Amino acid sequence: MLAPRLIPCLDVDGGRVVKGIRFRDLRDAGDPAAQARRYEEQGADEIVILDVSATPEGRGNAVATTRHVRSVLSIPLTVGGGVRTVEDAHSLLEAGADKVAVNTAAVERPALIREIAARFGSQCTVLAVDAAARDGEPWEVVVNGGRVRTGIDAITWISTAASLGAGEILLTSWDRDGTHAGYDTDLLSAAAGAVSVPVIASGGAANARHLADAIEAGASAVLVASILHDAVATVASLKHELRSIGIGVRP
Amino acid sequence: MTSSVTIIATGSANTASVIAAFDRLSVSTRTAKTPTDVRNADRVVLPGVGAFGPAMRRIDEQGMRDALVERITDDRPTLAICLGLQLLADGSEESPGTAGLGVVDGTVTRLPEDLVVPHLGWNEVTPVSDDGLLAPGWAYFANSYRLPSIPEGWSGAWTDYGSGFVSALERGNVLACQFHPELSGEWGARLLARWLECTGRAS
Repeated sequence: MLAPRLIPCLDVDGGRVVKGIRFRDLRDAGDPAAQARRYEEQGADEIVILDVSATPEGRGNAVATTRHVRSVLSIPLTVGGGVRTVEDAHSLLEAGADKVAVNTAAVERPALIREIAARFGSQCTVLAVDAAARDGEPWEVVVNGGRVRTGIDAITWISTAASLGAGEILLTSWDRDGTHAGYDTDLLSAAAGAVSVPVIASGGAANARHLADAIEAGASAVLVASILHDAVATVASLKHELRSIGIGVRP
Repeated sequence: MTSSVTIIATGSANTASVIAAFDRLSVSTRTAKTPTDVRNADRVVLPGVGAFGPAMRRIDEQGMRDALVERITDDRPTLAICLGLQLLADGSEESPGTAGLGVVDGTVTRLPEDLVVPHLGWNEVTPVSDDGLLAPGWAYFANSYRLPSIPEGWSGAWTDYGSGFVSALERGNVLACQFHPELSGEWGARLLARWLECTGRAS
């Protein structure tokens, strides 16, 4: 059967990994290709690279970074961050991304999803959504790195995006991100119940139990960042623990 | 081992990952420009993401249909990937009325509605025979359609998603993978290497 995926995520700024990764034996801990390759060797199922560059010059490096990572990586690569046009998506795909993730630009202009899916296929069109809880109301979409609350219902937006052609949803809980309190399983259940495309859980993972909870809530994949980068766990150790609690990940 | 493979442009197909995978095996790639390129190439790769209809139209616009059918019929080394496998069939539910290459008997059908679709991620590949290029292992898939049965005259492999579907076909020097060998880690790289090593009449 299809295995739930474990996906390390690298934040890149100006071609360099932002958060330090504590691999003692890595020659260059800031090199996204070296880190992506290392995660592949540990058993990662895919790699996600989010370009978090604050400047246009920094973002210009995303294509070069993608090409560099692709040359050493033999598992799928998703690249996101700052994708605003079909041409942005085209450049990343030509450089070796297998999928591109759109976020803020798609909220501002949902037709972007349809345009990318029509040109390159739904299988390489990922909608990244940052969702935040509201008092007494369902989750809302936040954009611009969390600075702007849109008031848009997150689950409705996810459904709309899937109908426009998004082939996968990368769903980050803005409330859980960085807390190590576990994924927001209520959010994941609601999203997985609303769409038939795969949902990737993001935000809050601290251990294998959290990953299992997200998968049991309906996530097809789990995004993991800080616990890998901080060497609290490895992809291999997380997969080993997942198998021991009955989650059939790829060996 | 051969030093070059020729890739068919099927329009929306993103070939960067395919090129990178062959590059890691020290094999150069070029794009087929004419039907003669397809006929003369030692090894041809028919990749494909996107939809059945537009990909077949692109092949026809380039006049490459007959050259592809001939080399597959003649057992010349040919590798079809993902949508490429589906293009070998008679047709697909995805694009009714569009004729496939027809070298594989059968029609491609959509995965059942009650499943998460696309079938996206890693799944187990189980070959029907152990004397071909295919080996058991885990492969990366991204498909919403699939071939439901292995036609007569072909060997292949099965993968389970809701029910079994055809995850690969092989016959002599022709290999077709519903999965992406170029994205299937070491297992995929070894499969590509075995296909490269297979000696066709052409080489």
